[in-house]
Amino acid sequence: MSHDQAAILEVRGLHKSFGSLEVLKGVDLVVRPRELVFVIGPSGSGKSTLLRCCNRLEEPNAGSIRIEGVDILAPRVDINAVRQRIGMVFQSFNLYPHLNALGNVTLALRKVAGKPREQAEAAAMQALARVGLAEKAKSYPNELSGGQQQRVAIARAIALEPVVMLFDEPTSALDPELVGSVLAVMRELRESGMTMVVVSHEMRFARSAADRVIFMDHGRILEEGPPAQLFNAPDHPRIREFIASIEH
Amino acid sequence: MFERLADTFFNWQIMGQYFPKIVEGFFLTIELALAVVVAGIATGLLLAIVRAFRIGVVNFLIVAAVDVLRALPPLVIIIMFYFALPTVGVRMSAFVATWLALALVLAAFAEEIFWAGILAVPRGQWEAARSTGLSFLQTLRFVVLPQAVRITIPPLTNRTIAITKGTALGAVVAVGEILYQAQSAYSFSYNPSPLTLGAIAYLVLFLPVVYLGRWVETRFAWKR
Amino acid sequence: MERLVASFFNLDILQQAWPILLEGFWMTVKLTLVVVPLGVAGGLAVALASTVRSRLVRWTVVVYVDFFRAFPPLVLLMFIAFGLPFLKIDLGAFGAVALAFLLNTSSYYGEIFRAGIESVPRGQYEAARSTGLSALQTMGWVVVPQATRNVIPDLISNTLEVVKLTSLASVVALPELLFAARQAQSLTYNATPIIAAGIIYLVCLWPLVRLLSRFEHRQIALH
Repeated sequence: MSHDQAAILEVRGLHKSFGSLEVLKGVDLVVRPRELVFVIGPSGSGKSTLLRCCNRLEEPNAGSIRIEGVDILAPRVDINAVRQRIGMVFQSFNLYPHLNALGNVTLALRKVAGKPREQAEAAAMQALARVGLAEKAKSYPNELSGGQQQRVAIARAIALEPVVMLFDEPTSALDPELVGSVLAVMRELRESGMTMVVVSHEMRFARSAADRVIFMDHGRILEEGPPAQLFNAPDHPRIREFIASIEH
Repeated sequence: MFERLADTFFNWQIMGQYFPKIVEGFFLTIELALAVVVAGIATGLLLAIVRAFRIGVVNFLIVAAVDVLRALPPLVIIIMFYFALPTVGVRMSAFVATWLALALVLAAFAEEIFWAGILAVPRGQWEAARSTGLSFLQTLRFVVLPQAVRITIPPLTNRTIAITKGTALGAVVAVGEILYQAQSAYSFSYNPSPLTLGAIAYLVLFLPVVYLGRWVETRFAWKR
Repeated sequence: MERLVASFFNLDILQQAWPILLEGFWMTVKLTLVVVPLGVAGGLAVALASTVRSRLVRWTVVVYVDFFRAFPPLVLLMFIAFGLPFLKIDLGAFGAVALAFLLNTSSYYGEIFRAGIESVPRGQYEAARSTGLSALQTMGWVVVPQATRNVIPDLISNTLEVVKLTSLASVVALPELLFAARQAQSLTYNATPIIAAGIIYLVCLWPLVRLLSRFEHRQIALH
């Protein structure tokens, strides 16, 4: 099969089942450098599973996934090396509670990237500064607000200098007043040229920041296009209903 | 009445006479207890780590062994090791039999506690660590175990104290620890004062440990 | 292999030893049926005493509990079995065992019930008192039932330990299962009775162990 040389992430014919439940029924997705792709859809549509297959937190049943042209499902691929290149941010932050912010960011830098402590800490401080939390380096997760925890989680991912960042509902566990700070960091990342795939319900953010919006339903991509088109004049009435229900 | 009580349970002369023996037993008890704690907890942790790999047959064997060791009274295990195994040619000293039995029992309980601790660490912790490229073992070592061990400290401390007190069972197979010394002194002198002395020795040894356990329980109450 | 079977799983020997083992087994059952209810009742009393206002009572309870938690049960048993007769108090082997285990297990059960009582929210107590129940009625009808439910796994776990503890009675020549097994061993010069006793313990206690390990996984997972 030919593949898109310019793509950072290229997903073809992705299938994933949990037992008898088929969650992804053949998904194709191409993400090019510096692109921000927004994935929306009702719960159970398979959008989180799609994201989690992209760094093999879930093993797909069929299909192919390429990162910068390299097939990450190949049997001999070093998945841990690949995962360094794919940053992931979770809905529930998943910071390590026994390590402070700096420790959370340096762990993979030291153990996976193999950097010596000083270098790892310098890189981590830079990442923390980028998310505006340099002064919280010594704080433990339970001393940080939800928004701050999520920003540390973003720093943990970007410190590894990934080629693509995956965001799995990064703001849905946050109190409304804390959402803005996380979105601001994401906007800054986009402006600096980071390639991003975002699963989220933040429609206003999607309208202003996304290059492309993908609507998933029942394990398939129903429609995709620029935000203005998908939000204002979608082909499918299903999408209009969904957007109305989210934005009320 | 009081005089008779004092003469029976606090006979200074007899206590003085057997004091050195009790001290000897005291140090042997400490030696035995430390050997049991170190071997038992290390083995338990190792088994829990092996279990985390979730290899069907291996896990079945671990669970079976742990269940047997939890269901059998420690004294029965000691007696099996010391009186039954020699009949098939496996011989060990009374000290080794007691040590091995108690260490295995502690290992079984510790494995269960560590394993429950590993299971208690949320899945998201594994996923976050793996998503940054840490391997399975690195995730276990740097992310999961530090959290698991912390939750397990209070139950593990209490269990360890309870099993360590089992060193007294060694007296049954004539390990020269405190109780054995006290008991043989009692039968020589036909006066319970050495038993009193032995009891005091146990209190000196274990009361601080019990308080340590209480302190640990409040200190490590898990906050997230 | 043959030697192993002849030494550990010798059916002829087992047949000879069976009546003795059976008698020992019933003694273990009897001992359990006496010691467990006594220990539970004692533990409940200890726990209730630790909730009263009087500081003196509360301190006495703490000293009692810590004392018996620090004391190896076998030491306590020997002290009672060998020491008390010198004061012309002869409880007999069964009585000595029952007393020693009552003192020992009630302090453990007491700690468990105390933790259970502390786990019941204060609002429960206040609500019950506001409806006119007395302090004792509140404890009996509202607090203790909830407390017990909250600590069922710990109660089962401790009960398992108490049943295993009864094997210590063999040391003071009470003919329970382990004592019977050792006696049969010395009569037959064969280890089969001891292995058989082990298997009997295993068969009786294994279901409890399974039950517990399911409880424990759930319990820690809830933290």
